[in-house]
This record gives sequence, C-alpha cells and structure tokens, in this order.
Amino acid sequence: MADVKFLLTGDTSLTVEFGNEISEAINTQIRAFNIALQNSKIPGIVETVPTYRSLMIHYDPGVILYKPLVSKLQALLGQLDKIEIPPSEVLEIPVLYGGEMGPDLDFVAQNSGKTPEEVIKIHTSTEYLIYMLGFTPGFTYLGGMSDEIATPRLKTPRVKIPAGSVGIAGSQTGVYPIDSPGGWQLIGRTPVRMYDPDRETPILPQAGQYIKFYPITQKEYDEIAAQEAAGGYVCKRHPREEAGK
Amino acid sequence: MSITVLNPGLLTTVQDLGRVGYQQFGVSVSGVMDPRAATLANILVGNPDGEAVLECTMMGPHLQFDQANCIAITGGDLGPTLDGQPIANYRAIKVEAGQVLRFTAPKTGCRAFIAFAGGLDIPEVMGSRSTYMKAKIGGFQGRKLEKGDVIGFRAPQTELKNMPVRAMAPEFVPRPLYTVRVVLGPQDDYFTQEGIDTFLNEVYTVTPEFDRMGCRLEGAVIQHKDGGDIISDGIAFGAIQVPSAGKPIVMLCDRQTTGGYTKIANVISADFRILAQLKAGDKVHFEKVSVQTAQDALLTQRKALGFLRTVMN
Repeated sequence: MADVKFLLTGDTSLTVEFGNEISEAINTQIRAFNIALQNSKIPGIVETVPTYRSLMIHYDPGVILYKPLVSKLQALLGQLDKIEIPPSEVLEIPVLYGGEMGPDLDFVAQNSGKTPEEVIKIHTSTEYLIYMLGFTPGFTYLGGMSDEIATPRLKTPRVKIPAGSVGIAGSQTGVYPIDSPGGWQLIGRTPVRMYDPDRETPILPQAGQYIKFYPITQKEYDEIAAQEAAGGYVCKRHPREEAGK
Repeated sequence: MSITVLNPGLLTTVQDLGRVGYQQFGVSVSGVMDPRAATLANILVGNPDGEAVLECTMMGPHLQFDQANCIAITGGDLGPTLDGQPIANYRAIKVEAGQVLRFTAPKTGCRAFIAFAGGLDIPEVMGSRSTYMKAKIGGFQGRKLEKGDVIGFRAPQTELKNMPVRAMAPEFVPRPLYTVRVVLGPQDDYFTQEGIDTFLNEVYTVTPEFDRMGCRLEGAVIQHKDGGDIISDGIAFGAIQVPSAGKPIVMLCDRQTTGGYTKIANVISADFRILAQLKAGDKVHFEKVSVQTAQDALLTQRKALGFLRTVMN
C-alpha cells in the first residue's frame, strides 16, 4: 500500500488513490478498502464513489475533520490484508443478439473477420469487471473484452439508442441503461432493466461486480421483458471463482 | 391545494439538498446551487433544512396560489411582487389564496429560492425531491416547470409564530470582483508552478456557458506539465476542471459523477453561495486556503444557521 495517496477534493470529500493505471489488481484493492470502510466504525462518512483507480469518500466535517479522518483511513489501510473480503459477484445478463436488437452485429463480425456466431461466442465467454459506473445512471465501465472483436465507434452516432442495448466501442463493451444518443456498435439487447427508478435498488450493477452475458432467444427475451414489466425479474448471479484461489 | 404555474420563467426546478448515496451508480447529486440560501429560506418558514424549494434562474416564474401559505424567497433579488406589489426577500410572507407571485426582473445575482411552509407535494426518488433534468429523475416529472403545471402543498401554514423576527438582511452583494476561496487539489501536481500562479493571480470572467452542470471561465491559460487528461476519477461540487486548453470550468450540482480532466482546485463549501449568484461577465479571483480554514468557515456558517433557527422557531 506504499503508493496510496490522499488527494484533497475540497472540504467535504477526499480521494484515496491506489495507482495511476487501469488494472484489476488496483480495482480489487479499491473494492477491499470500500468494504473495509463500510464495516468500519468511522463516523461521518456520507457516501463513497469507486472509480478506476481511486475511492472518493464524501464526509461531513461537522462530524469528523480532514486530519482525524485521514489518520483513521491510514490505520484502516494498514489492516487491509487482514480483512476477509467476500468473493465478487457475477451478474448474468441475458442478451438477444443480432437482428433488430443488434443491428451492427454483422458489421462487427465482418470487421473482425468472424461469423456473427463467433462474435457472440467471444462476447459471452468473458466475465467483465465493472470498474465503475458513471456518465449516466447505471452506465458500467467494463474491462476485459477480447481485442478479437474490438470495433471502432459509428462514424455518425445514433440519436436514440433504446435502454438495454449492448454495444461495442473500440475495445470496450457495455449496456445502455437508459434511452440515450450514442455511437456504439449495437450487437444485441437485454430485457433486464439495468436502471429502474421505482425499484428498491434502482440501479442493478455495482462497481466491483462482474457481468457475464449469455445468449437468449426471442421467446426468452419476451418472457423476461414481461416479468420486468410485471414488477421485476430477478437477475441470476453467482459468486465469482477468484483466479488462483 | 396548490400553486399553478402561469409562466415558468427561464429555468425553475424543484430542488432540495441533493440526491445523496447514488453517485457510485452514476447518478448526479443535483440539488440547489446555493445550499445556504435555500436553507435560510426553509428556516424563515419553519421547514427542516432539507425541504425542497423552487430554484429560479434569472427570470423567475409567475405562480398563482390556489391556497394560502407562508413563503420566503432568498438568494439573488429577482424582483418578486405579490399581486403587483414588490415584496421583500429574506422575509417570511403570508400569501392568500388567489394571489399571484411574479418575478419582474433580476436586480442582483442570478438565482432565487422559494421555500413554502410545510413543503411541496413532490414524490421522493432515490431519497430526494431534486430534479436531475439530464436523466429525467425526480422533481416535477423529472423536468423544469412549464406553464400549467400544478404543484400541491404538503402541510401549508396560513400563520407562523414569531412572524416579526422571521426576516434578515439579504446576503448577496454585487461586487466588481468576487473572491472565491479554493483548496488546491486533487490534481494540482499536474500543473507547472507557473500554471498554479496564473490560476491564483489572474482574474477570470464568467462566460454565458453557465448552467447547473458547470460554469466555464475565460482568462489566462493555466499551464499543465503534460496535458489535462487523467484516468477518470470522482468529481466534487465546486471542482475546478482544467482541460488541456487551459481554461477552467467550475463543476456544479448537475455535474457528472466522474470525469477525465485534471482538477486544479475545489471551491470551498462556504463560498458556493457566491458561485450560485454569478452571471456572464462577472469577474472572479481565486484565493487559496487550507482545508482546515475551509472546514472552519463551513462550520461557522452552519452555526449561524443553527442560531437563526433557534431564534425564529
């Protein structure tokens, strides 16, 4: 933890920076520290925001001032390797690939020199780490997509992309949580609502979890969409088997 | 019953102190641009600090009261009148059913806050009544007010106790040059010493590109050591982003939760009340303070608010 820096971000928050690169190892430390902080009895913590390489901590200076907070956080960092961290969770996201739902699947296949079936196979073979959420509510910054299916963005972005669309932009992949404009190559769509303001947990994915996509048929898509409309489909999830454990 | 919007003004939205706890999911905090002024308005009408108010920008709305209630208006002076008669800012005022509150023209500042005794009947979304327009979340149907909108009161009060003491002097005073205090960081080490000196010594001008998300400033270029891009990290209210072009942007309530530009400094919470009232053409000078000084200033402000609450209620 020698490289950990405390950065000032005004008088009601600070950022604990774990490194200056995008890596799973750094993200694992952030996740561990965030869990340790939630479990700690440090008073005055308002909310935390994990990002690629840091954890932003919002706090109430009426409860704890900057200096005592930093001392407590340093002590917590010192104990980090002794804290038991539960395995990450994998969210299983069903996707109807191609056709109307994924109008760019054929282009991605052509661009990669593969068949559409091979693109689907590659896209569904990886557990993608959710590094952080941002940009819009529920938008996930995922890591780990195979370069084999990396495809440049559309030259002209679409004006409206429906919520649930699954796309590729360069070597990134992700799901549009709400209807929005965008330039990603759309390869499919999930009937699962990543974002629903009326749900008890409005946003489904969390930073530090993984997403695994799996292909479904139109019939399965319609069934899950109907369940979502009726009040909620419970997304399948399982603990991740950590590498090397 | 309620108020009816006869004319929405330029940009009138329902806001409270913001949507706390959802930044980790990419949801902007939103909330009032000037938390202190909004809190004062609530204190003047006996509401809790976090009650939702109407935030009015430059040209305020015309509101018809279908039911009597007590209100208070704080922040900038946008020229409020009741049935055509000018009324005071920073004072609790009784409004009868049938009366019309109008704002005539901005006199000082940019944003006014109207608190309604007993609060507005606006559902909470993710624990807040604030409007986050970009994602159409919260407030009145996720958007700014429009002509014909009707908003209910939750628990209107035709009388408030201690009416004569429910008043104070308006706080915002226009100046030829505003000093805004900052704490350096989180990426002040991405700038040359010359860049930091420029930022702290030069005068910056507010541009018309000023909305609830951010405020672009024009002025001397702030020099980076090696460009203004970083791997995205979190953004606080008042963060001063400096992209590679070297011109600062102050990030405000509707800012995105994360971003990939260097942030040279952060405006201190006690000075948000100045930021919220700036207009295009206003001049700003940044003064560096320590985080201790910034936190002292915030806690002193909070103490003063607590005192006012005790006196009035």
